[in-house]
Amino acid sequence: MLDVIKTIPIEYYVYLSSLLFCIGVFGVLIRRNAIVVLMCVELMLNAVNLMLAAFSTYLSDAQGQIMVFFIMVVAAAEAAVGLGILVMIFRNTKTTDIYKLDKLKF
Amino acid sequence: MSLTVFLILGLASVIFSLLMVFTKNPVHSVIFLILTFFSIAGQYVLLNAQFLAVVHIIVYAGAIMVLFLFVLMLLNLNTDAEPRQSSRWKLGAAIAAGMLLVTLVGALKGGIQLNMPEESNPYVGLAQNLGKSLFTDFVVPFEIAGILFLAAMVGAVLLAKRDVKI
Amino acid sequence: MKTLLPLIPFLPFIGFAVNGLFGRKLSKNLVAIIGSGTLLVSFLLSVACFNEVASTGPIQHSLYNFITVDSLHVDFSFLVDQLSVWMMLIVTGVGFLIHVYSIGYMHDDPGFWKFFAYLNLFIFSMLLLVMGDNLIMLFFGWEGVGLCSYLLIGFWYANTDFTKAARKAFIMNRIGDLGLLLGIFLIFRTFGTLTYEEIFDRLAIVNPDTGTITAICLLLFVGAMGKSAQIPLYTWLPDAMAGPTPVSALIHAATMVTAGIYLVARCHPLYSLSPDALNVVAFIGLATSIFAALIGLRQNDIKKVLAYSTVSQLGLMFVALGMGAYVTAMFHVTTHAFFKALLFLGAGSVIHAMGGEQDIRNMGGLRKALPITFWVFLIGSFSISGFPLLAGFFSKDEIFANTFAAGGNWWWAFAALGGLLTAVYMSRLLFVTFFGQFRGTEAQAKHLHESPLVMTVPLIILAVLSVIGGFLNAPHILHIGPPQWMAGFLGPVVGNVNLHHGGEAHHLAASTEWTLMAISTSLAVAVILVCYYFYVVKRSVPVADSAQGRFATVLSNKFYVDEVYDFLIVKPAEKLSQLLYYYADIQGIDGLVNGVGKGVRALGGQFRKIQNGNIEYYLLAMVAGAVLLFLTLHL
Repeated sequence: MLDVIKTIPIEYYVYLSSLLFCIGVFGVLIRRNAIVVLMCVELMLNAVNLMLAAFSTYLSDAQGQIMVFFIMVVAAAEAAVGLGILVMIFRNTKTTDIYKLDKLKF
Repeated sequence: MSLTVFLILGLASVIFSLLMVFTKNPVHSVIFLILTFFSIAGQYVLLNAQFLAVVHIIVYAGAIMVLFLFVLMLLNLNTDAEPRQSSRWKLGAAIAAGMLLVTLVGALKGGIQLNMPEESNPYVGLAQNLGKSLFTDFVVPFEIAGILFLAAMVGAVLLAKRDVKI
Repeated sequence: MKTLLPLIPFLPFIGFAVNGLFGRKLSKNLVAIIGSGTLLVSFLLSVACFNEVASTGPIQHSLYNFITVDSLHVDFSFLVDQLSVWMMLIVTGVGFLIHVYSIGYMHDDPGFWKFFAYLNLFIFSMLLLVMGDNLIMLFFGWEGVGLCSYLLIGFWYANTDFTKAARKAFIMNRIGDLGLLLGIFLIFRTFGTLTYEEIFDRLAIVNPDTGTITAICLLLFVGAMGKSAQIPLYTWLPDAMAGPTPVSALIHAATMVTAGIYLVARCHPLYSLSPDALNVVAFIGLATSIFAALIGLRQNDIKKVLAYSTVSQLGLMFVALGMGAYVTAMFHVTTHAFFKALLFLGAGSVIHAMGGEQDIRNMGGLRKALPITFWVFLIGSFSISGFPLLAGFFSKDEIFANTFAAGGNWWWAFAALGGLLTAVYMSRLLFVTFFGQFRGTEAQAKHLHESPLVMTVPLIILAVLSVIGGFLNAPHILHIGPPQWMAGFLGPVVGNVNLHHGGEAHHLAASTEWTLMAISTSLAVAVILVCYYFYVVKRSVPVADSAQGRFATVLSNKFYVDEVYDFLIVKPAEKLSQLLYYYADIQGIDGLVNGVGKGVRALGGQFRKIQNGNIEYYLLAMVAGAVLLFLTLHL
């Protein structure tokens, strides 16, 4: 499969990951369920991961993939803590609607 | 051949992610997100990053999404309880996301000037190569990532526990 | 000598530093030795300076460059010429005697060390004033002596009246200093330099018009007015008597107040070019002289009489300056320093003996109890009154002669009137204080004692100087001593000029001079005799304030000048500051500051609505921001 760098222009990967990223952004904006919002954030992180991996391969440089690992680490930690917080919020407010979570204002 | 595979996988990932965003049932959203992850894993394989693909499946599909599913089941959310956005807001969000896409692609399009090597190294994505790099050049960030994990674990446990006396 | 020159002012400064920093812990004897000793060395060095100047001419010594801004170069440098060295001798010599006297006078005061520190600081400032070779140095000294004057008038700061007097002196001097500063600015603008020599050298080159010169001279004279207590800025000097008596003697009689005379004499090449300015100087001097003498007639505070006498004498000196008789003015500065210091110290001795009493109505008959004080006071009084062959006789007579020669009959008549009034109030003071019956309390009568040696010796020295001081510049016609010796000495720097006769000194015919002398002398003696008749033979005592005639009341209330100033200046200034306080400060500045605060609050009240707590909006804003960022990448 090594012909990938010869047959597919790098731009394609850029477009694909940009598109996925923007779908993630769109999801974050239109969904009100906090859990789905977190999932959309995961999608955005994956879009970035895809771009990093693509560049890593195209440049024959391992650093891009290493960075993907670190992003995975952060994503996993974020998901664990974020979901923990959500459970806590749900316990107190009986909802995961982010519209209801607007106490942080003056 | 590669291009065909790329296009199929890309189309799949876009469709699944859109479905993930639009479906009303959160559980379905999780399922579609997992499918998206699988198609992205296919992209990794296509990019000769097999180890990354495997880790990706294990971490995302195996761990994170399962965690999401657990939480969803724990909270017992269903379609009826799902809050809805107004269509005006949806339109605004679509415009915003579309503009972001346009500007993002526009910004990246002209800016890519790759210094690609003549012969690509087939061993870049192998576990041996990545491990060597991870434990030599990136050993300090690696350790810090470990500490971050530990902290996240402790935090998650602490948050999820009832009536913790701190 | 050149290298030792800086020691002259800086020795007293060292004395000030040592006494000021460590005086509290030192013994009184040590403080006194440091304070007076440094000054004695300064005096001896000044004498050495004097010899050198007399034999080889002026000494100039530059220590370092002080200010250099564009074309302005000010050096910290000394110019010791005949005029400077003369003033240095007076300052250090009389200053030393007064220091010694203070050892006795201030002996029981808890602020003994502080007093000596201030006195030394004063001497330092005064020496800077007279030794500097440029106007900036003069200004330093000028402000320094003003500060010391303030500190010493308010020396007994626990007394509110005294601190008010100190404040008054300070503020009055500020008014004068403003004039001086403006004068200095104008000089710099006109001549581009502030060094005396260069100013006078460039006078011919720059050739400024008469208006500028007159403006400079008048502005400088405003400074002199403040420092030398001339109308209209004289009222601080009588109030300055709140300070300890040695201070009154040193600062407010012998040295500091003559700084104005020194300034005019120093800048005489400018003044000589402006007859208008000289006329103003002479007129103000004459008016002050008579005005102050009239007030002095009805004062009952022993120091107040002497204070008004000082104002009056300073007026006479300005008359001499105004007549172009600069040497004569300096001559009177010298003799005045002797006999006025003597009189003040004598008064101090009396006050010391009376336990702080200053009202002459409560004194009387002191000549038996205080024989030395009486005799020196007598000498001082007669000297200032112009009794023949005493110091004041020569200097005053010379002023009158010059006034007659340069100004004519009327100027002479009024100046002589001022001189005559001097004789009146001085003999009144002398006779009421020292003759007749003692009118004080029993306790005071028992307490009466002659002052210790440390106080009487300086008195005696000053008395001797008051007797022989006149021979420094004895007129030609008398053929006693070296005629016009002082004029010869000061000649290279300042000379008496006749403005109307091409800069040549006046030479009255000997007969005219004899006549003038005879008239003024006989009048003075006659006045003294009349006063003797009134106050000693008829034993009349100044009556209580309420029993006075109308004119006497006006006089004893000092022509209500303070009240007029209060009404014309102080009250409006207070009103104005209250208005400014309300409208400018509270409403203007505070309003502005508070307004900014209120505006920010109101704006924040509007802006906080953006923070609605809804994450969706924040996210949307974030996306919009990202879009904008990428757009800027394109642009």
